Amino acid sequence: MSAIAAKLASWVSGGAVRVFLIVVALFWLLPTIGLLLSSLRDPTDIAASGWWKVLSAPSQLTVSNYKSLLSNDTVVNSLVNTILITVPTTLLVVVIGSLAGYAFAWMDFRGRDWWFLAVVGLLVVPIQVALIPVAQLFGKIGIFGDITGVVLFHTAFGLPFAIFLLRNFFAEIPRELLEAARLDGAGELRLFTTVIMPLGGPAIASLGIFQFLWVWNDMLVALIFADSDSQPITVALQQQVRQFGSNIDILAPGAFVSMVIPLVVFFAFQRQFVSGVMAGAVK
Amino acid sequence: MASTVTTGGAAAAGPPPVKRKSLMGTRPWVALVFLLPALVLLGSLVLYPIGYTIQRSLFDADNSAFVGLKNFGEVFTDHSNLTAVKNNAIWVVIAPVVATALGLIFAVLTERVSWGTAFKLVVFMPMAISMLAAGIIFRLVYENDPDRGVANAVVVGIHDTFAEASAYPGARPRPNADLAPSAGGSFTTKAQAQPGTAAALPLIGVPQNKLPGDTQDAKAAAPAADGGVSGTVWLDFKPGGGGTTGAIDPGEKALPGVKVEAVKDGKVVASAKSGDDGTFALPASAAGARLRLPSSNFATQYNGVDWLGPSLVTPSIIVSYIWMWAGFAMVLIAAGLAGVPRELLEQARVDGANEWQVFRKITVPLLAPVLVVVLITLMINVLKIFDLVYIIAPGASQSDANVLALQLYLKSFGGGNDQGVGSAIGVLLLLLVLPVMIFNIRRLRREARR
Repeated sequence: MSAIAAKLASWVSGGAVRVFLIVVALFWLLPTIGLLLSSLRDPTDIAASGWWKVLSAPSQLTVSNYKSLLSNDTVVNSLVNTILITVPTTLLVVVIGSLAGYAFAWMDFRGRDWWFLAVVGLLVVPIQVALIPVAQLFGKIGIFGDITGVVLFHTAFGLPFAIFLLRNFFAEIPRELLEAARLDGAGELRLFTTVIMPLGGPAIASLGIFQFLWVWNDMLVALIFADSDSQPITVALQQQVRQFGSNIDILAPGAFVSMVIPLVVFFAFQRQFVSGVMAGAVK
Repeated sequence: MASTVTTGGAAAAGPPPVKRKSLMGTRPWVALVFLLPALVLLGSLVLYPIGYTIQRSLFDADNSAFVGLKNFGEVFTDHSNLTAVKNNAIWVVIAPVVATALGLIFAVLTERVSWGTAFKLVVFMPMAISMLAAGIIFRLVYENDPDRGVANAVVVGIHDTFAEASAYPGARPRPNADLAPSAGGSFTTKAQAQPGTAAALPLIGVPQNKLPGDTQDAKAAAPAADGGVSGTVWLDFKPGGGGTTGAIDPGEKALPGVKVEAVKDGKVVASAKSGDDGTFALPASAAGARLRLPSSNFATQYNGVDWLGPSLVTPSIIVSYIWMWAGFAMVLIAAGLAGVPRELLEQARVDGANEWQVFRKITVPLLAPVLVVVLITLMINVLKIFDLVYIIAPGASQSDANVLALQLYLKSFGGGNDQGVGSAIGVLLLLLVLPVMIFNIRRLRREARR
């Protein structure tokens, strides 16, 4: 009898757990679904009722907002800018970080460990502390408002994490492999390109994914260092938020377009993303 | 962006290497070449700016006069700065704790369902999107109009399920009628109710089309037999025109469900509700009382919560942050949980511990190191929170939602024209992460020595 009661109790609590998790999952999904459905409705429908009305009136769904959004030059330009900022930054961080990570892992020079500790110390420096001086510096050398400035700033602040992650990973590469290559007459650059980079693949992938998403999603850095010609999609949309309410037909599809690439990257490279996030936690 | 506490051993970064000699034959200048790009960028865009900002924080708004620590004093005295400091404190205390607690709960509970991976994917997904997109998502959620914002739609739905919705919002008597407005939105008769005669309580201001289609015509109440008071509440409006004001004309509709109170010397002595034909009957105790229609009959519709108003804006934005980052906590804690030996938990269960005890006495203590890492990481992250506040807080309540990073931006770039104070805020942020910086360095040195 008590065995049945215990079973019943565990079944009930198991059911409670299930119900709880389903409610939580709904809470997590609904906001995004709301954005998606809002982006697929006519401005007049948006003004008249909530997005959930679509569920009973699927005929309201239309892609016209996306059509007009993607024929808007400012939006298209800013999407191109996002790519022009994100891709070079990711490559630069990976390459420069790998070079330095290799030097810290396998080269001998005075004060190596102290230098590396200094880099680790920079891991947590908030970008806010650098905004004002770098804005002035970029102004002086004439790249304020350029994509170049945005890329350089992101790269610099991506480096401590990159160096930290890659140095630790490269240091695990078996010494014999490097020595064998060295005996074959490979110089440092050959070692780097033929042994270190290929073997460092997993760490480099994690770093690359992580850095890509980070820069793609940035708003603050571009808000300060980019101008209207070089602004990425986040900054372009940010200006629209000031008139929130009357322009959901622009904001909702705009936000969704800006999310598509990160979501694709996220779903395609979950494992790398998670290990990147876990390796050093997040900025 | 600045990374944070390093989770030792997790993922790609393996255990720290033992001290090892470098490859033979590396000349120092080669090392310098490999390091140069990184050193140049870190030196010019991270290190030099830190020095400059510290120096700049000691000078006035137009960088002409040395003011010592005055800018820092201003951060903690000036009203708008102080709001930012206070809100930042709220953020740093609440957001990481709630996100970590939820992450822990989710991580533990998902182990018990077969679709745990799918659940984790759903909760972790917001980490991939920008705070701008998340901000727009939650602006939509928090829209005031319950017909548009899902949060208020839910709140109003729940409210109307449990609280009685008022039957006739906006209904009122005709001007100069016997029934007249009284305190708090109620209406009271001037005349005292006489037993044996039917009281007339005519109202207007209810659109005919808002009444249910099957509403009966109003009927004059039969005089109450036992010395009580009776009467009719109805819509004193004859469709198509005509009719006598204050009298029940044929075709005029009853207003069922209206509460009628009999009031003597300010006290309610009896109350009743109008029936389907608009009539009501009060006991003999109501004789000589004035009849009052309380305001609950006419209250305007409940419209939900002002999520982004001055008092709730910060908690509302914190909710959106938790939506984004609870998944981070969950994934890290779940990874830690995978390392907890199952036998230990099983043994405790065999020994008679219930699930709560197992969780409280074994799981949580074993996870403590991970929980600390998650908490500190989130704290550092929250300290610099900018995008979500900037996007979600509407212009009118931006100053109520202000945080340090936003105030730094507003002061330095957004028209505040005081990079002195802006720099002071920057230095303050740096000082606040300093303990973590030292923690990271010491940990690394300890690991290198092993």
